[in-house]
Amino acid sequence: MSCQCQCAATSPTRTPEDAAKFDELGRFIASLNVDAIPDRRRGYLIQILHRAQSIFGYLPEEVQEFVARALNISRAEVYGVISFYSYFTDKPVGRYKINVCTGTACFVKGAPKVLNEFKARLGIKEGESTPDGKFFLGALRCVGACSLAPVVMVNDKVYGNMTADKVADILKECGE
Amino acid sequence: MKINLKINDSPVSVEAGTTILEAAEQLDIHIPTLCHLKMDCLQIEHRSGSCRVCVVEVKGRPNLAPACSTPVAEGMEVHTNTLRAINARRTILDLLLSDHPKDCLICPKNLNCQLQALAQELGLHHLLYKGEQSTYNKDLSSNAIARDLDKCIMCRRCETACNVIQTVGVLSGVGRGFEAVVAPAGLKPLVETECVFCGQCVQACPVGALSEIDYKYPVWRALNDPTKTVVVQTAPAVRVAIGEEFGLAPGSISTGKMVAALRKLGFDKVFDTDFAADLTIMEETSELIERIKENKNLPILTSCCPGWVKFLEHQFPDLLYMPSTAKSPQQMFGAIAKSYYAEKIGVKPQDIIVVSVMPCLAKKYEASRPEFSHDGVRDVDIVISTRELADMIREAGIQFAELDDQPYDSPLGDSTGAAVIFGATGGVLEAALRTAADWLAKEDLQEIDFKAVRGIKGIKEATVTIAGLELRVAVCSGLGNARKLLEKIRQGKANYQAIEIMACPGGCLNGGGQPYHHGHGKILVKRMEAIYEDDRNQPIRKSHQNPAIQQLYAEYLGEPGSHFAHKLLHTHYFDRSKK
Repeated sequence: MSCQCQCAATSPTRTPEDAAKFDELGRFIASLNVDAIPDRRRGYLIQILHRAQSIFGYLPEEVQEFVARALNISRAEVYGVISFYSYFTDKPVGRYKINVCTGTACFVKGAPKVLNEFKARLGIKEGESTPDGKFFLGALRCVGACSLAPVVMVNDKVYGNMTADKVADILKECGE
Repeated sequence: MKINLKINDSPVSVEAGTTILEAAEQLDIHIPTLCHLKMDCLQIEHRSGSCRVCVVEVKGRPNLAPACSTPVAEGMEVHTNTLRAINARRTILDLLLSDHPKDCLICPKNLNCQLQALAQELGLHHLLYKGEQSTYNKDLSSNAIARDLDKCIMCRRCETACNVIQTVGVLSGVGRGFEAVVAPAGLKPLVETECVFCGQCVQACPVGALSEIDYKYPVWRALNDPTKTVVVQTAPAVRVAIGEEFGLAPGSISTGKMVAALRKLGFDKVFDTDFAADLTIMEETSELIERIKENKNLPILTSCCPGWVKFLEHQFPDLLYMPSTAKSPQQMFGAIAKSYYAEKIGVKPQDIIVVSVMPCLAKKYEASRPEFSHDGVRDVDIVISTRELADMIREAGIQFAELDDQPYDSPLGDSTGAAVIFGATGGVLEAALRTAADWLAKEDLQEIDFKAVRGIKGIKEATVTIAGLELRVAVCSGLGNARKLLEKIRQGKANYQAIEIMACPGGCLNGGGQPYHHGHGKILVKRMEAIYEDDRNQPIRKSHQNPAIQQLYAEYLGEPGSHFAHKLLHTHYFDRSKK
């Protein structure tokens, strides 16, 4: 077992849903056998943060603390890594994560127009979420689907050959 | 294995693994550095190679090599001052300065800044690169350490101090590119973190990004308030370091000059924390003997160091029963000054202002802990560092080096050699052993040097025999070393009866409030030698033989460990861990 603090199990303020998420993260960390090679435990940090963000949607302070304790590293170091990579976020993000690819191919094929249309319709800038917590808007550099340029991803779903006209339809698809 | 190379055409033979920088030192060739920090005596090395100021030319190598982190090789030919190397250094410094404030005149590190010194050394008079400068909010949240990250040059020396040496883990590189900054998790202010305010980051910082919170002005105000009796106490380690601020050689014992300077500044009484250190030994040693007799709550840990105490409260809340309940000498002094001494001179406690001069920044925090205040009156009102006192002496126009020695005032200025050694790692334990040995043997023993617990080493372990009793003791300095030892104790792998712990590597003589050592470990060794020399020079070298202490117990406290002594001189600890 990698985390001896039992903070996931005992925290009185945690809802059952949250407790289940911490259990899931704890099981994932345990499955990595991090303790077996203590000198290399830092090497697991990014992998664990990826999983944590997919479980929680973002990386709040409590999750950072949990990961830091599990790896026996400082919370400052965990935060340092989170703040370095644009992929990680410590703020809650919308349920529908819209990411517009602005890599070279998508860019020349009209990605800025698509991005601007999303901005206008959602009333937010890239990197932000709508106040109702439904949509997050981001810009990526190349998702490796250049033949479909310009590309938009909504959570794990890929939309190719995008135009500004199709933006309204995509938003509608997201359960309006 | 020896490696032969040439630096600036001079041959030199060094051990494999030596860096170009170290090899050049052997030839007395100076290569400028900035981010590099190496202190052999403390086994500290920060070799990030991030600033590139130390670049040199190596024959056959297309790019320039950073001397601080390039190991020597057989037949290597190094040139340290070719036009290319010089130009590269100047460009690097120019770029560093392009994102650094130029308000050196009002910087707390003015004339103590390694970046400023480098600019002077390289003779940089024109800046080519102008552009945006990064700005951050100043962190003045604590009453110990100020953070002004506009001045940070990202050398990361503070991170090494905080994370590697102290294992406190509060600081990390945060963000990316131009916005990158060294900060606590979540960009929180220091006061909301597990920072113990040891100030080793301040000692490590080459520039003005980290400094102490300045309390000089409140002291000036107190000194000019005719309604107050202002008394000052000076910690043991201050006297062997303050001379450095006035051009005296490291290791000069400046006690008499310092006392004279404090009188000239206008303090009503100049007292000594050493008096309270003797008092601490009385209380702590009686607690040690009691715990050993009852074989309970062992090992006893010393509790003089507020950085260490806060570290324990955050990191080892399950061991809070271990430290002695005795207050630190600073706080004992405050408590006695505002009770016994106040009664003696017939002044109300609220009309006495106790100023401390400490080698330490955590002492500023300690004095502000709520349990050390009564009815809104703090036991210790204002804490300034050795550096701040030096600033005040300069500001007052006092020629420190020219002063004639003066003695402390009585009774709270009377002390012993046992108290002086509190300033070096191992000193508190040695002082306690001197008293414990006498008390257990019930005689005035002549063998009082416990050399096994002396020296600058981070962890010292010894078995000492006092009055036929075998005691297993350990001494730690540096919180990383303390963590190692405490984890062993927690796992049941170590068995001691008494342990001294100091937060700063080497003890208080290397405190966060001492004159900047700028990485010169030899200065610390000199200070340590001076501490033990001062001990040898004292007519009385055992705390319990201090007549002023004996009088204090006879007139006021009763016996060491008495109910009244406990009320006045003991404290308790808090679990500060995150649940």
